[in-house]
Amino acid sequence: MGNRVAIVGAGMTKFVRRAQETGKELCYEAAKMALDSCDMTLDQIDAVALGTAPDTFDGVHMKGEYLSDGAGAFGKPYMRSYVGGGTGVFSVAQGWYHIASGLIDTCIVICEEKMSSYRPHPQAAFMTIFDHTTERPLKPNLLWIFALEMNRYMNTYGLRKEDIALVAVKNKNNALDNPCAQIPKAVTVDDILKSEVLAWPVQRLDVSPVSDGAVALILTNETIARRVTNKPVWIEGVGWSLETSYWTDRDLCYPRYVEEAARMAYKMASVTDPRHQIHVAEPYDPFDYKELHHMEGLMLCGKGEAPQMTVDGITQRDGELPTCPSGGLLGVGNPIAAAGLMKVAELFWQLRGEAGKRQIARKPKRGVAQAWGDLMQVGTVVVVGI
Amino acid sequence: MLKKVKKVKTTKTKKTLRRTSKATQNPIMNLNKAKELNLQFQGTGLSSDDFKKGKVCTTHWLGDTKYAWDRGIAIGKYLEGLKQGKILGVECHKCGRKMVPPRIFCEWCFKPIDNWIELLDTGTVNTFSLCYVTWDMERVKEPLLPAVIEIDGASKGMGIMHLLGEVDPKKIHVGMRVKAVWKPEKEREGAITDIKYWKPI
Repeated sequence: MGNRVAIVGAGMTKFVRRAQETGKELCYEAAKMALDSCDMTLDQIDAVALGTAPDTFDGVHMKGEYLSDGAGAFGKPYMRSYVGGGTGVFSVAQGWYHIASGLIDTCIVICEEKMSSYRPHPQAAFMTIFDHTTERPLKPNLLWIFALEMNRYMNTYGLRKEDIALVAVKNKNNALDNPCAQIPKAVTVDDILKSEVLAWPVQRLDVSPVSDGAVALILTNETIARRVTNKPVWIEGVGWSLETSYWTDRDLCYPRYVEEAARMAYKMASVTDPRHQIHVAEPYDPFDYKELHHMEGLMLCGKGEAPQMTVDGITQRDGELPTCPSGGLLGVGNPIAAAGLMKVAELFWQLRGEAGKRQIARKPKRGVAQAWGDLMQVGTVVVVGI
Repeated sequence: MLKKVKKVKTTKTKKTLRRTSKATQNPIMNLNKAKELNLQFQGTGLSSDDFKKGKVCTTHWLGDTKYAWDRGIAIGKYLEGLKQGKILGVECHKCGRKMVPPRIFCEWCFKPIDNWIELLDTGTVNTFSLCYVTWDMERVKEPLLPAVIEIDGASKGMGIMHLLGEVDPKKIHVGMRVKAVWKPEKEREGAITDIKYWKPI
């Protein structure tokens, strides 16, 4: 489908709670590192695809324009895409269709988030995602959504918190090897079960931290990719899908929209048996149960089977199907759009064998990254391979 | 395998990038080389103390944004119903779904809906949470009790988000039967808060 598109370079900043750098500066650092990593310069880039989540965090309306200079967009076709938390993975799809269409040869995909500017706490900015007439008068908290969904998931399959906490333990421990991790710290199931209860069943350590950071990828067509690198990572499939915004009317136990997005991407990538044809996965993990939810949506296991896979160690870095070897959002941090793109960058490094201490020993050939967002309803999926 | 690598390398030296002059100025070819050249991940973390103690310059701004939302056609009628102590829903004549919150079009069939139905003010807890933080992250001792409540009379799985009350938090469970506790008629203003909360039956 379309021209072949390769990822040839990647760069990212450290993820931190409060960055001294402005959003523009973070964008520049990530973009520069990505260009340097593949020996390219900005004048070889034809277009820029930027992803960044709500303007509310920054208090800057039209944040895309604000960030443009740092993203290297001066004098180029430039567009900001935004599908909430799903933005990071979606922006790769945006870069992909620029090049797959043949319109453009090279493209920077860059995602930035700076959540720390909002006072007193970025959490309050999320109030504005709820329906202004039927929900906001009840003073909802973003945690409600996750707590309600997690409780439904636990109830449907009779899961214990201990089973779900294993995801947070795995991801936070994976992040110990990530030089960009926000608060690298080894944790145990016990630590998680004893952490502060925020919105039962969600506890402090079930949640990813709020972060500042940026990530960039360089995408090119096949001809240029072959000249730039001997290890191109191909974008084999992209997919995205949206569920209804009447979220209280839908099945909170299964992310059907993720399945739809995954089916679209798998079809393009000729993946018919994801459990065996995918060697490494980076499902979206802003909360620990979310990784499980999304593994099921990505059809890496049957409905309700993800917790057992985790208990069995299959998703560990040395397991059969490692998930979130980067450390994920739970471990590395969650600068919304940048966190999603970090997942694709991690697959790029894993497939090229450049993930350092995080490297999966089993030489993965194909990986899937997925993000989730909007009003808890969008699924975005990218399949990459070598 | 080795042969393959060699082959690619030779092609690389023969072919050049589109704009060679710029490209050759930059010697970093891959991350391993980047490491040799000591290329670091950038990003400088600050602590909240750095802000409080004025170690970094900060600019503050208090946004004073005000909005007035009209209630729309479907939700407007829904709110009028609440004022009268009724929960109104709609039924799509094509797919037959009985929906709440009501809407003037079915998002599945993409057809207009004008069949209004009165639902009951009882329902079943689909899921719930015990929340110890407010919307702006203030800690509270008594938990807030948000829940998704499936409304009786609507199709299975059709619910609204609301709060539970008059209940021991420890006794709340998925599947619990609940009934709306309304504000006194005089105090109702046509808002979702005309229902104070839902209590167990």
